[in-house]
Amino acid sequence: MEYEAVIGLEVHVQLNTTTKIFCNCSTEFGAAPNTNVCPVCMGLPGVLPVLNEEVLKKAILAGLALNCEIAEFSKFDRKHYFYPDLPKNYQISQYDLPIAKNGYLDIKTGGTKKRIRIRRLHMEEDAGKLLHSEINGVNYSYVDFNRTGVPLIEIVSEPDISTPEEAHLYLSLLKNRMRYIEVSDCNMEEGSLRCDANVSVRPKGASQLGVKTEVKNMNSFKAVEKALAYEIRRQIKLLEEGEKIVQETRLWNSTKEVTISMRSKEEAHDYRYFPEPDLVPIIVDKKWVEELKATLPEMPDTKFERYVKEFNIPENNAEVITSEKDIALFFEECCKYYDNYKSISNWILSEILQYLNKTQKKITELKNLTPQNFVSLVKMVDKGEITSRVAKDIAPEIIEKGTTAEKIVEDKGLKQVSDASEIEKLVDEVISEEVEAVEKYKSGKTTVIGYLVGKVMRKSKGKANPKIVTELFQKKLL
Amino acid sequence: MLNIVIIKSMDLNKMKAWQLLKLLRKKEVSSYEITDAVFKRIEERKFINAYISIFKEYALKGAREIDEKYNKGEIQNNHFIAGIPIAIKDNICFKGYPTTCGSRMLEKFIPPYDATVIKKVNFHGGVIIGKTNMDEFAMGSSTETSHFGPTLNPHNPDYIPGGSSGGSAAAVADFQAVLALGSDTGGSIRQPAALCGVVGLKPTYGLVSRYGLVAFASSLDQIGTFARDVKDTALLLNVIAGYDSKDSTSVNIEIPNYLQEIEKGIKNFKVGVPKEYFVEGIDKEVREKVENLIKKLEKEGAIIEETSLPHTEYAIADYYIIAPSEASSNLARYDGVKYGYRSNTPSSDKNLIEMYFNTRCEGFGAEVKRRILIGTYSLSSGYYDAYYLKALKVRTLIKQDFDEAFKKYDCLITPTSPTPAFRLGEKLDDPLKMYLSDIFTISANLAGIPGISIPVGKSSNNLPIGAQLLAAHFQEKKLLQIAYIAEKLVEKEI
Repeated sequence: MEYEAVIGLEVHVQLNTTTKIFCNCSTEFGAAPNTNVCPVCMGLPGVLPVLNEEVLKKAILAGLALNCEIAEFSKFDRKHYFYPDLPKNYQISQYDLPIAKNGYLDIKTGGTKKRIRIRRLHMEEDAGKLLHSEINGVNYSYVDFNRTGVPLIEIVSEPDISTPEEAHLYLSLLKNRMRYIEVSDCNMEEGSLRCDANVSVRPKGASQLGVKTEVKNMNSFKAVEKALAYEIRRQIKLLEEGEKIVQETRLWNSTKEVTISMRSKEEAHDYRYFPEPDLVPIIVDKKWVEELKATLPEMPDTKFERYVKEFNIPENNAEVITSEKDIALFFEECCKYYDNYKSISNWILSEILQYLNKTQKKITELKNLTPQNFVSLVKMVDKGEITSRVAKDIAPEIIEKGTTAEKIVEDKGLKQVSDASEIEKLVDEVISEEVEAVEKYKSGKTTVIGYLVGKVMRKSKGKANPKIVTELFQKKLL
Repeated sequence: MLNIVIIKSMDLNKMKAWQLLKLLRKKEVSSYEITDAVFKRIEERKFINAYISIFKEYALKGAREIDEKYNKGEIQNNHFIAGIPIAIKDNICFKGYPTTCGSRMLEKFIPPYDATVIKKVNFHGGVIIGKTNMDEFAMGSSTETSHFGPTLNPHNPDYIPGGSSGGSAAAVADFQAVLALGSDTGGSIRQPAALCGVVGLKPTYGLVSRYGLVAFASSLDQIGTFARDVKDTALLLNVIAGYDSKDSTSVNIEIPNYLQEIEKGIKNFKVGVPKEYFVEGIDKEVREKVENLIKKLEKEGAIIEETSLPHTEYAIADYYIIAPSEASSNLARYDGVKYGYRSNTPSSDKNLIEMYFNTRCEGFGAEVKRRILIGTYSLSSGYYDAYYLKALKVRTLIKQDFDEAFKKYDCLITPTSPTPAFRLGEKLDDPLKMYLSDIFTISANLAGIPGISIPVGKSSNNLPIGAQLLAAHFQEKKLLQIAYIAEKLVEKEI
């Protein structure tokens, strides 16, 4: 029998506010343990939470970016469970009246669009972190409360996802959108984006849902794909063997690459939700929502489509460029100065992205880089004024110092040499020096021409027009 | 000349704050002398057990500093209680000093921050003399559930002082403090005020910041005042009332000067007498004394009418769903992990759950555990709709009763407690009986309205009786004006 999977994702996104959700403590990552804490986030007796308005604003922006309806009336609730990293032994979250609901993201799979509906988006506080260590054979557990009260939004999808690949596409689109609206850096490794999945399988085409398991502890996009693939295989195997699937929570073990049972449905918590009496209901002004909506940038997937259609650039280029808003904006600026969009996109991919990768910088940190100067480089290559080799050599200077390509080329005399007589001299030199290679060519191994052209290029310091060099060799060695 | 005679007596601690302030401003007495007199009284009457901790050194030093400020002319008229000794209920956080909530769980807990009301008391020059005894986590009506032993009623030590703010009530009644702060979740200020013969005010929910008040039931808790007359009550309310950005439920409204307002008086006011508060089971003498006040008010020109608050009978049941539900949540943080009591009972395998279990079993007393169980049960999945959700709906009905009544009346008058003080131990083993002693005070917390208890006389065995006046949200000015008139009418009875 053929089976299909039904997957829903619960994504936690850490909002990048400077202070925590209910107090003024810093949200900085990596501070010394228990330094970003105060009586409020420590849940000391007598303290009260006060909602950070930035959190509300960013949650609304996130809701809008995910095509959600923003609730005019919403509230906080307490979710109870005992754990040492949760100082009040309840988490302030939102239960039945979340800030946003009924959204969607359209993913592109196999050339077609698929809509993944989003059930709800709510605000909540993060918990602290437990650290375990063994000293002289005794086990100790330590609690770091720095993360306690860092704002989170939880985004719950409908079970509209059918494959691990779709899960990946949904997650990366969600991540890109959150980054575009600058509410989070969505770094899965640092924990600013976390993902749990509800997975079930059923005979293909069946309308009834199978028994689901919840998979947790997936720490990267790769892990999500692998864990889901594993869990789907595991469930199908059970069904094929006539076994039953148990409703339970399972943890992904990334070393063994398996999911392991953590707790059964019977052991599941009763969270005893009830309205948080220390906070007043949130009443959101429609006008404010409209104002926020107006500030939303064009989303990465919309940009992607536009780039392919309007700028006619390759899909891969469009995808890479739109994955970072600032790079996309730089590309768009460049396109104002020059209309060979494909060429611009190629040079951004090869030179700028490589530079950023190597230096671990962000494009916004490159203060001297201007679209005009970068375009000047691309133009010179396209017009045959410099060779690609020269362009690659001088690109870092343009990126770092913002010098125009023309000036560098002129100062260093790097203009491409297309004068046949000048090149001919070098070609002749190489023919007389490279006897062996010339013989090979003549005997029919024409591929050796690349080697010979390279020799000329080196002699010309990259300036010789490689097309003319090739033509000359071909003529002379006939 | 007359003043000097008074001053030389040992009775500075027996004077009202507003009287003392007059003398302080004229520099006829010092804060040090007043504070010293209060401590002498505390030491003489230790057996009352009004205090869990006293800060003699701190307070006398503070009093001297205030005296210096008086001498330098640094005390302004907006320093409302400069130099007045004040006691604080031990569930209000006072930085650097133990805040126990009357519980073994917090016996050694020292808060690293001040409650907003403490900041206000300090700003206004109040001299904090100690932290008063209370029912554990404010759960009780007799101050008998305190881990630190019961407080005794100053009028007769065989009797309870009421609760949960029994320590604050007894301290003010017994001249062991001039003023005191308490908290009122279901009557915890008004009931002990009635039983100890002092004035106790629970302000409107949201008028006084709860920041730093250790939560029992967050949607009901309110900090309020104990004083020996209505004028002092207005004075202390001036100190603590007002919006606080640290408390999202505090309300940003303009605060009048209550003391100045009560002296302006009020005329032609209408008083409702809810018939549900004068039913079988209420003590005969309590009824007589309250009805006596009503008659006198009528003679004074007030319009008196019988009225009805039809959902009154559900108040106790409603309260005992809502308050324990919130308490079960608020008290979850006491788990032995971070602060407070942690069980030393060795667990079989050093298991976390066992540590939680032993800590909470040993750290909490019986009444607290009972309420945590009730609350946990009523919030549990499958029971939530039948209990908590229904209780919220009933709460709305109770609130609507009052909204209707206050369309017609400036205030309502009721007994504060169905009986005068009862004997120590009399109801401790019968929680239902104990819960019924708050039957007349609970509704005001559910509705969020202000209520004040004023002494209206004494029973044949010399125990105080109180009457409760209730007003609409944020009508403290009117409430105090009427209470001020009422107080004068029954002066001779007390």
